Amino acid sequence: MAKKPSRTRAAKSRTRATKRPRARRARAAGGDSQRAVEQFLYRQAEILDARRWDEWLGLFTADGRYWMPASEEQTTGDGVPNIFFEDLDLMKVRVGRLGHPRAWSQQPPNRTSHIVSNVVIEREDAKTGDIVVRSKFHVAEFRLDTLRHFLGRYRHHLKQTASGYKIALQRVDLVNAEGPFEYVLQYWL
Amino acid sequence: MLVRNEEFDVKGLVEPDRVHRACYVDPDVFEREIERIFHRTWIYVGHESQVKQPGDYYVAQIGRQPMVMVRGPDRRIHVLFNRCPHRGNMLVSARGGNIGEAFTCSYHSWRFNHDGSLASVPVGKGYDRTRFDKKNPEFSMKPAARTAAYRGFVFASLAEDGPDLVTFLGGAKQAFDDMCDRAPEGEVEIVPNCFRIIQKSNWKIFLENQLDAVHPSVTHESTGRAAADVENEMKSRGEAPPLSYHMLSAFLTPFEKWDALQTLGYPYGHCVLQGYMGLRPQDPDTLEYEAAMHKHYGKARTEEILNVNIHHVLVYPCLSVQSPLQQLRAVRPLAPDRTLTEIWHFRLKGAPEPIYRRALAYYYLVNSPSTMVNADDLHNFWKCHEGLRAQAQDWVSFHRNAGQDPVEGVVVTSVTGMSEAPMRNMFRAWAEYLA
Repeated sequence: MAKKPSRTRAAKSRTRATKRPRARRARAAGGDSQRAVEQFLYRQAEILDARRWDEWLGLFTADGRYWMPASEEQTTGDGVPNIFFEDLDLMKVRVGRLGHPRAWSQQPPNRTSHIVSNVVIEREDAKTGDIVVRSKFHVAEFRLDTLRHFLGRYRHHLKQTASGYKIALQRVDLVNAEGPFEYVLQYWL
Repeated sequence: MLVRNEEFDVKGLVEPDRVHRACYVDPDVFEREIERIFHRTWIYVGHESQVKQPGDYYVAQIGRQPMVMVRGPDRRIHVLFNRCPHRGNMLVSARGGNIGEAFTCSYHSWRFNHDGSLASVPVGKGYDRTRFDKKNPEFSMKPAARTAAYRGFVFASLAEDGPDLVTFLGGAKQAFDDMCDRAPEGEVEIVPNCFRIIQKSNWKIFLENQLDAVHPSVTHESTGRAAADVENEMKSRGEAPPLSYHMLSAFLTPFEKWDALQTLGYPYGHCVLQGYMGLRPQDPDTLEYEAAMHKHYGKARTEEILNVNIHHVLVYPCLSVQSPLQQLRAVRPLAPDRTLTEIWHFRLKGAPEPIYRRALAYYYLVNSPSTMVNADDLHNFWKCHEGLRAQAQDWVSFHRNAGQDPVEGVVVTSVTGMSEAPMRNMFRAWAEYLA
């Protein structure tokens, strides 16, 4: 069972590599990049599922941002309505709230399970090792006897640093970004 | 069913200082509300800037009725039922767009002008010697009985009779006056894309919360605390925290200060809660904005405009307007325990960009689907609604300062911002609507 998904992924990556010159360059820059970014994305998903907030904040560069546009057409989050548009300071507010004993809608806390897949390296800077990678996600959330599903696309702009990748920008496109929301999102997907 | 009498008697449900829980949870009461309130009074449809060009349309729900607002070639705005008179097909399916020369039905290609009148049917001879008559309004898109706009905000009523829009709005007009006057050019423009959030609770629970000055420091303590902590951290780094942090940490305002505020209650259920956030700091952005205001209005009028201090205006039953931050929430009841809110933001025409961004930050923090603020409100609304199903007590208490609030003509003021006067005012009107 464990082997099959990884073969599928490799096959996808090969197909794309033959079609896309950018992806070919990414492979040439280092065959380990694919595995390294995948591991990074999986770790980020685990951190969210485990609600390890200090580690979450540590995933971002000092000027990093988490951005969920209100519509797919948006090319910037600046100066327009967004579902999420948070720098580290705002993320700290959210973390502070989640840890407060009277964050009422966190009684009981919600629980999530992330699946990240279809990981495609869009470009990789051969000199700096910075990477742009897109992927798909499926998040199941359980809260107060209700199971909700969130699906969509991630696009990470990752900086290569001495302590590994850091997120300069994470764009999150929900497939139903414009749709009505049943209740709200308590924190990042 | 709590009220299934032959004679629907609403009088037994509303007393001056308390209301029966059936007002919130009973399906028959809800049906009556849709019929007597939402299908009769003026309901907010949208803003003129949503339909700038001839043919532009945007949909809206009035009670249970699917409506469409459309601009004609003569620039007039029409509000029509989104229904083909032929076989009932909705004429537009997207939330907004442009119909071009005419509405064209996707089923049998009946075409309608922008005012809803029938333009053509294909192969018309099939209707020879039948009762079909192109001139008969039965074969046109039906317009709302009345459509009117106040300072660009379009309302419609499905009832022929009733007060005109300006009379109906009365003191609640200040929601739109305050919002538009704050624009150096005296107008606002809609920011595209509204947020839509479904609340698992009765629509009235939301309206009551908007005027409830006791709840912020209780419900939003966690967010207020967390924002204050980061605000302090920024200050210790030598940075000036953006005003948006203050908007959140203001939730820590102690009860005594909420007490100093005032509420106003108007006929038809409209209410106002005075502001508390102090939105007039003297930073360079504000000064630039005030300079732009001086240029358009002169100093005295500018002072008059900027000294208006409103937090929320409720335009009963369908709007909560936060005029100094140019946002509004339209309330669309879906079921006794399900309410859709459409949340819009507006741009002050002629105001410098940072003023828009300041309001946008509030829109994000309070009204986006990731809000840390309404997260706890919506949680309360759901808990309220579920609790009201319980048969423990039949009554909901609105006793705080009951009988103490000054009445000046048709306006009920309050002895304190925490008085439950707005809730009592809304239910007084509610009982009249339903009677």
